[in-house]
Amino acid sequence: MRNQITDALKGRKADYIEIRIEENKSARLVYRGKRLEEVGRTSSVGGNVRALVKGGWGFVSFNDIHNLKDNVDLAIKEAKLTGKEGFELSPIEPVIDIVKPEEKDRSLTLASKKQLLDDYNDIILSTPKIQTSSIGYSDGQKKTTFTSSEGTYIEQTRDDINLRLTAIASEKGEVQQMGLSIGSPGDFSALQDLQQQAKQIAERAAALLAAPQAKGGEYTVVLDPVLAGVFAHEAFGHLSEADHVYENERLKEIMVLGRKFGGKHLNIVDGAAVPGFRGSYKYDDEGVRATKTYLIHDGILESRLHSRETAAKMGEKTTGNARAINYSFPPIVRMTNTYIEPGTLSFEDIIADIKEGIYARDWYGGTTSLEMFTFSAAEAYMIRNGKIAELLRPVVLSGNVFATLSNIDAIGNDLEMNQGGGCGKRGQMPLPVSNGSPHIRISRCLVGGS
Amino acid sequence: MDRILSQAKKIAQQAELFQISSRIIPVNFEANRLKEIQAKESITNALRLIKGGKIGFAQANGFIEPNKLVEMAEETCQFGMPAKFDFPGSTVYPKIDIFDSQVEKFSLEKMVETGDRLISAVTKHTPYIVCEATVAKGIITVNIINSAGGSANYDKSFFNISVEGVLIRNEDMLFVGDSLSSCRPIVDIEPIVEEVIMQLELARRNASLPTRVMPAIFTPRGVASALISPLISAFNGKTVFDGASPLKDKLGLQIFDKNFSLWDDATLPHQVASYPCDDEAVPGQKTSLVDRGVISNFIYDLQTAALAKTKSTGNGDRRGGVPAPSPSSLVIGSGDVTFEYMIKDIKEGLVVDTLIGAEQGNILNGDFSGNVLLGYKIENGEITGRVKNTMVAGNVYQLLKQIEAVGKDARWVEGFLQTPSLYCSGLSVASKDG
Repeated sequence: MRNQITDALKGRKADYIEIRIEENKSARLVYRGKRLEEVGRTSSVGGNVRALVKGGWGFVSFNDIHNLKDNVDLAIKEAKLTGKEGFELSPIEPVIDIVKPEEKDRSLTLASKKQLLDDYNDIILSTPKIQTSSIGYSDGQKKTTFTSSEGTYIEQTRDDINLRLTAIASEKGEVQQMGLSIGSPGDFSALQDLQQQAKQIAERAAALLAAPQAKGGEYTVVLDPVLAGVFAHEAFGHLSEADHVYENERLKEIMVLGRKFGGKHLNIVDGAAVPGFRGSYKYDDEGVRATKTYLIHDGILESRLHSRETAAKMGEKTTGNARAINYSFPPIVRMTNTYIEPGTLSFEDIIADIKEGIYARDWYGGTTSLEMFTFSAAEAYMIRNGKIAELLRPVVLSGNVFATLSNIDAIGNDLEMNQGGGCGKRGQMPLPVSNGSPHIRISRCLVGGS
Repeated sequence: MDRILSQAKKIAQQAELFQISSRIIPVNFEANRLKEIQAKESITNALRLIKGGKIGFAQANGFIEPNKLVEMAEETCQFGMPAKFDFPGSTVYPKIDIFDSQVEKFSLEKMVETGDRLISAVTKHTPYIVCEATVAKGIITVNIINSAGGSANYDKSFFNISVEGVLIRNEDMLFVGDSLSSCRPIVDIEPIVEEVIMQLELARRNASLPTRVMPAIFTPRGVASALISPLISAFNGKTVFDGASPLKDKLGLQIFDKNFSLWDDATLPHQVASYPCDDEAVPGQKTSLVDRGVISNFIYDLQTAALAKTKSTGNGDRRGGVPAPSPSSLVIGSGDVTFEYMIKDIKEGLVVDTLIGAEQGNILNGDFSGNVLLGYKIENGEITGRVKNTMVAGNVYQLLKQIEAVGKDARWVEGFLQTPSLYCSGLSVASKDG
């Protein structure tokens, strides 16, 4: 294959060309209630060519990988039609590297995976007031071969496992749910021994049926590590993606490096070079070496996430954050492992002086418009006089990024990473990422409610 | 295809092969300029087997040896769900106008020109706005054959234009945008330009609302953004069968306002969500879901319909691999009230156009809650400005039980929903200012 790829690039005229070939194998198990509704296997072979001519991109994706020359020509033709003013991609040293997949136990049969999920499902379904359940499991392995006209050749293999358990409770026409998301870069043991958690989500879904809804308005809110991680991702991570910023003069002014965004205690990091998580890798999908990047350091905007194009156009360093979910998409700027670094406070310290507030735990979803973010907690409690009080229905929290970061007035010492779920951007989802944080406290956060 | 099916028939009692191939060309504009042209070609073969009464499934994107695909599907059979249905035999499909050869002929240069025209119309109105736009076209070919002698195939063309603009004033960001889709080339960009300019005009000033319960008008985009997800979930035959839909035992009962009707229709000409047959070769049809407030049906694929002892409504959809019920085009019946008349009727209220995060609430229960990305304050019968830092929360069953007025302004939103504006009372609004 390598020869075919090099051959297809030979003699072609463009400022830059890359070819990415992928082979992918995956398995899926989906339960709804007692029914194992889907057991399926998928195999994919495909690739793409991306060409740059005078600043314009052409991109061609395909399943037939034996016709590379024509696809290279088509990508160049498209790029020529697009390009007007040229620019240089941020320079990188060409590398030749074959990244060996980590040693992992891949011998698990479909039957043993099913047995484990059956076990969790039985626990959920045997809990009082549980109407039904929903379980989605998938695992996959992806081998990518990346070749560029600059002489880079990289082979990488990545594993990914994702599990979501949802318990659905119902009573008198009311429906409430609670979920658990777990992911891992290929290590199945992360999905084992979750019996206790499965029981817990089922019991909490049932308990929510009788819980009141929060009264809408502004509160002091304490986020648990899972939800605070989602907050770091939604509220600041997306805004740090340079493709939102690099061609927008006004946003550049707002996101100027060196600007103060929060207290001295606030540090937010993103990096695929942080090992062992679902967002970890050695090279991104442009062949750029992964890094660890401080987005906010001591409360100050220090850097942002880049592709080779955005780094070049902003005159900043590449960070290795160009990622494509699969061969049918070009790489775009994405997060990897995003987290708030731990501070010094215990959870008790954080809630001690809150007279009336909300303790929000675990995520259900999150999204951002860059300026405004919303994310929903799966579980929430009132805080009264420094103590956790009654259970509430799930709450949606929302706010303005710029104001909210500076309203973080306490950061815990208990960093935890969460690997469930996935990130979506420009139709590419769910991309494997992780995020995390210690407990944090936000003064004046908007909560939707009755 | 025949080779795979005949191999599959050797080891299974029933088999079905679904093949979809597509060629899609998106032309992307960023920061008001042409940025990238793409060409995306793909082919997928999906095999379903019924062996020992159980369903097995495997899918291949790109090339695969026929026997490998059969082997993968066979491996999953032993764990599969017991099949309650038979694949449909040979039948007659409705003729639906969803292919236009002009789409294929529409040149790249003309697509670029269309996008340029769209962006210059918007930037001419508001010079500092930064727009992203896409002009995309594509052809999709579907082929289905099964061991019961069933055979279906069709071509669909589509054309899509979308624009999203962001206007930044200090740290205030205003997002506007709209999209249009059709199975025929879209040459007239006026509707999308008019919509975006209207949004920019109405959002010229900021206004603030107090925190309380108030009347609200959902624009067609607002209905798509806030209300439709909980309804789609509730009318999914699977959610109903599992007892997780609030409508599970409500068939034939008056649940919504008598002015509210909703149906699913796969047979509308030129609509991108239309099809002569669904992804399991069941003919596409029109299915009433709510008839003047009364629940009339749910949507089904073959397996779910069999479990629920009813008939497939031709809504088997493969986006997730194995077919599952999913709407084709949804239509909410229009009324006779103008948007202006609704506004005039409100002393203090909110126009909801776009929410972010609305689908993150407990949609199973009909709840939605989100931040108003684009919405306007109504004061004494007039729109007085755009609201910010505002969250809304509601429940579709409560809101749509009593509708103050249904608009006569029905339009297509996001290519799959035709809806008018809906004027409801009793939306909870929480605001940073109030």
